[in-house]
Amino acid sequence: MSLGLVVLIPYLGAVLAAWVARFGRLHSAWVAALVAGLALAWLLPHAPTTFAGATVVQRLAWLPAVGLDLAFRLDGLALLFALLILGIGLLIILYARYYLSERDSMGRFYAYLLLFMGAMLGIVLSENLIQLFLFWELTSLASFLLISYWQGREEARNGARMALAVTGAGGLAMLGGFLLLGEIAGSYELSVILASGDAIRAHPLYVPMLVLVLLGALTKSAQFPFHFWLPHAMAAPTPVSAYLHSATMVKAGVFLLARLFPALSGTPEWAWLLILAGGFTLLLGAFFALFKHDLKGLLAYSTISHLGLITLLFGMGTGLAAVAGVFHIINHAIFKAGLFMAAGIIDHECGTRDMRRINGLWKYMPHTATLAMVAAASMAGVPLFNGFLSKEMFFAESVHLSAGLTHGWLLLVAVVLAGVFAVAYSLRFIHDVFFNGEPVDLPRTPHEPPRWMKVPVEVLVALCLLVGILPAVTVEPVLAMAAASVLQGPVPPHDLALWHGFNPALLMSILALAGGLLLYAARKPLFVLADRWQGRLDARALYQRLLQGLFALAGGVTRALDIGSLQRLIALFVASAVLLGAAGFLGGEAPLTGGRALLPVDGVSLLATLGLLAASLGAVALHRRRLAALILTGAVGLVVSLVFIKFSAPDLALTQLSVEVVTVVLLLLALYFLPQRTPAESGLARRGRDALLALAAGGGAAALAWAVLTRPYESIAPYFLAQSVPEGGGRNVVNVILVDFRGFDTLGEITVLALAGLGIYAMLERLQLPGPDRDAEGRPWDWDTHPAIMASLTRLLLPLALLTSVFILLRGHNLPGGGFIAGLVTAVALIMQYLANGAAWTHARLPPNLHPVIGWGLAVATGTGLASWAYDHPFLTSTFGHFDWPLVGEFELASAMVFDLGVYLVVVGSTLLILIYLGLMHGASHVLRPDEEAR
Amino acid sequence: MEALLALMIGVLTACGVYLALRARAFPVVLGLTYLSYAVNLFLFAMGRLSIGRPPVIDAAAAGYTDPVPQALVLTAIVISFAMTAFVIMLALKARAELGNDHVDGRES
Repeated sequence: MSLGLVVLIPYLGAVLAAWVARFGRLHSAWVAALVAGLALAWLLPHAPTTFAGATVVQRLAWLPAVGLDLAFRLDGLALLFALLILGIGLLIILYARYYLSERDSMGRFYAYLLLFMGAMLGIVLSENLIQLFLFWELTSLASFLLISYWQGREEARNGARMALAVTGAGGLAMLGGFLLLGEIAGSYELSVILASGDAIRAHPLYVPMLVLVLLGALTKSAQFPFHFWLPHAMAAPTPVSAYLHSATMVKAGVFLLARLFPALSGTPEWAWLLILAGGFTLLLGAFFALFKHDLKGLLAYSTISHLGLITLLFGMGTGLAAVAGVFHIINHAIFKAGLFMAAGIIDHECGTRDMRRINGLWKYMPHTATLAMVAAASMAGVPLFNGFLSKEMFFAESVHLSAGLTHGWLLLVAVVLAGVFAVAYSLRFIHDVFFNGEPVDLPRTPHEPPRWMKVPVEVLVALCLLVGILPAVTVEPVLAMAAASVLQGPVPPHDLALWHGFNPALLMSILALAGGLLLYAARKPLFVLADRWQGRLDARALYQRLLQGLFALAGGVTRALDIGSLQRLIALFVASAVLLGAAGFLGGEAPLTGGRALLPVDGVSLLATLGLLAASLGAVALHRRRLAALILTGAVGLVVSLVFIKFSAPDLALTQLSVEVVTVVLLLLALYFLPQRTPAESGLARRGRDALLALAAGGGAAALAWAVLTRPYESIAPYFLAQSVPEGGGRNVVNVILVDFRGFDTLGEITVLALAGLGIYAMLERLQLPGPDRDAEGRPWDWDTHPAIMASLTRLLLPLALLTSVFILLRGHNLPGGGFIAGLVTAVALIMQYLANGAAWTHARLPPNLHPVIGWGLAVATGTGLASWAYDHPFLTSTFGHFDWPLVGEFELASAMVFDLGVYLVVVGSTLLILIYLGLMHGASHVLRPDEEAR
Repeated sequence: MEALLALMIGVLTACGVYLALRARAFPVVLGLTYLSYAVNLFLFAMGRLSIGRPPVIDAAAAGYTDPVPQALVLTAIVISFAMTAFVIMLALKARAELGNDHVDGRES
């Protein structure tokens, strides 16, 4: 699973990077660089295979039952993206080490960055769509953390939340699309999906699926009308923007378009959706970029525009357009990362990013200026720089596409106009910042940054030039490899050269350059106009209004239902349940009574029923006298356990009986600290309403129970009854289900029990409650808290009770009993000691700390499950065997019995923990006898 | 016999709902206990009723009742206990913090 390790390494590294920060500020940077380098080293051995055109798929069974494997895929496209993510990631790590100030936490930054890197690698290396989606969501989460890195700033928090909301909502839509796609293709594996493009496109569900998937891609890539989150994400530290908005986060969207290109492209729906979204975004982004005075704002809108360009290219659906799209992904990642870093250096050195104040920096930082100018020229699409090549391919493809459209010239005008604006804003980035007079009122005097802070920019700028001048030598092999895997077939012939002769594309390039120069020259009046229109054309306002509306709606519903009264909420809940149930029943045709033969009534059962009715109704009638109500409740529980005995459920009867004892003891202990009487508060009307609700609910439950009990049914029981002895090695089927067939559920249940116990322990810690010194009738408590006869008797009973519980535990696999019941019996036996002898006496003889008991219980149960892994069986597979022990005879041992021991320990530990700590509070609050006080 | 069990479930539910609608913590906890009885019996009833047929494999047995709802209910009983304990502790904690045992934390 070496590909899986490539993804895993950054995750492990994130923890390490956060940890080493405590030993020194810069340690995290070193660790992060090492981690990214290690992932790269792990990836590179696969590169030759991929360059040769092969696709590596590695898989590890995850949930085979639903066809979900952890599957990783390395083909040309994945390798290209992985190289971008890791390569630019390494440069960002170096850059950020100089960018972050003393006050910023390095450990947190690099941990988040590595988390994000791992998630991105996961997206590009996934073979399985569902797995891809998981990593997709992880990038949303990690980018949230990165954008809100400066948590103290409001705009950082808002920007992060907006990015999460938009990309998260898109991700949700995309999951729907993926599920449809998986069902259409019959598999969630990319290998299958990419090979069944024709079947997918012909499927009736193609359009809804496409729309959902594209929603995910377009939100992530900040395409119109979802583009507005990206400029607000600029509140992030600049290294984050440089990473997220050049090579990674926003590229995930276009990556998805490229990834699914063979499966989804080539239909009118695909073309129109992407051409319209991409075209609008291309134009709008370029337009707004020119009018942003914030340096990063300009780059943000330019990023939106370039992503629109890539989307548009993929929308065209031809092989050459896809090649151009991949090429522009590479070029944009390189020059945009460099530009963001340069902007970060300028911000760092000047203390502001406002281009109205930053002017004439050429004489302060000529080195940085040169680098930034090269990258900006590439962004504008000037010849000799890499941006020119892919942009010219884009122009050529647009000409090609427009030839087949009725109003094709519109597209050409839009494309050239976007080119004009791109040249103008790139020119602004160069001229406004480095020339154009003197700086205005800068917080700091700018100078060149530290030497090593410029190295990442130098590397990227060198790449811009190398690719731009020698494309056939440098980028062509990578491009051919990536394009082949995007198209899943032969790459159409394309010629990466500076000079293609005089053709429409060249004409468009010249037009764009000339137009851009003119536009920039005439910028002053345009800026005035733009400032006047500032904020009117803002998709963010719509988003804000939607968000506010949503909050207002949620607030209104909450206020209407929840007025801070539990009674009202319960009444609403019960009433709606009754109404829904009644509507469902009355709306159906089914009769109330089914056709199952009924059992005859006998006298004892009738008597028991009457007893239960009397006790429960009595408890309600007397509920204000709490002790009486509690005792009657105990009686009800006893009748319930009789019901279980009568109807062939001995295990349930034993459990109910022992739980009843601990519940009553628990409530008695608690009642000591509460008022003994409930005051009469509700009026007659309220009591009447409650009684009506209660009658309706009870009537509904009775009717439902009757309807079920009188109907025949099919059960899965025969399987368990037949397999219990041969598979589980036990004759008590209920116990075998609990500890063997459904052992995983039971593991969950005892974990809940353990958590409840620990939660109660946490609540009781340092809780001070005054105990009453008199009972409800005003009589003082008996001074003799531990009567001698009771104390002696319980001490005698203890060994017997413990013996019984061991017996119940051991026989549980074959006869009624088991860990739950044995645990409760042990707990009752020990609690008796506390009740009869007092906490001090018992504490001296029993280990007071029960946490290890619970911990051991969970460890034993989990360990039994894990042990089956050692024998290559799934988690919690059980085994059993028959053994012969002299004198005792032959007996049976099952591994599930060890699991049951874990259950037993958790039940004992949790139950005792709850009761003993409550009991200890008694000891602390109890009034001492006068002569004890004297001592 | 089925009618008797349905009646029990109905009465336990009604008592549980009525008590859960009271204003003080202790009756509400008792109400939850009644609702647990009702729910556990209801789940148990999903396996229908049979007498003298416990699901313990025995060569002499005439037949077995459905063990699946029983396994479900067995853990449910234990978890109900944990829940009751948790809620009553919450009530105690609220009493300590707020000085009364009204479910909304206010004397009214």
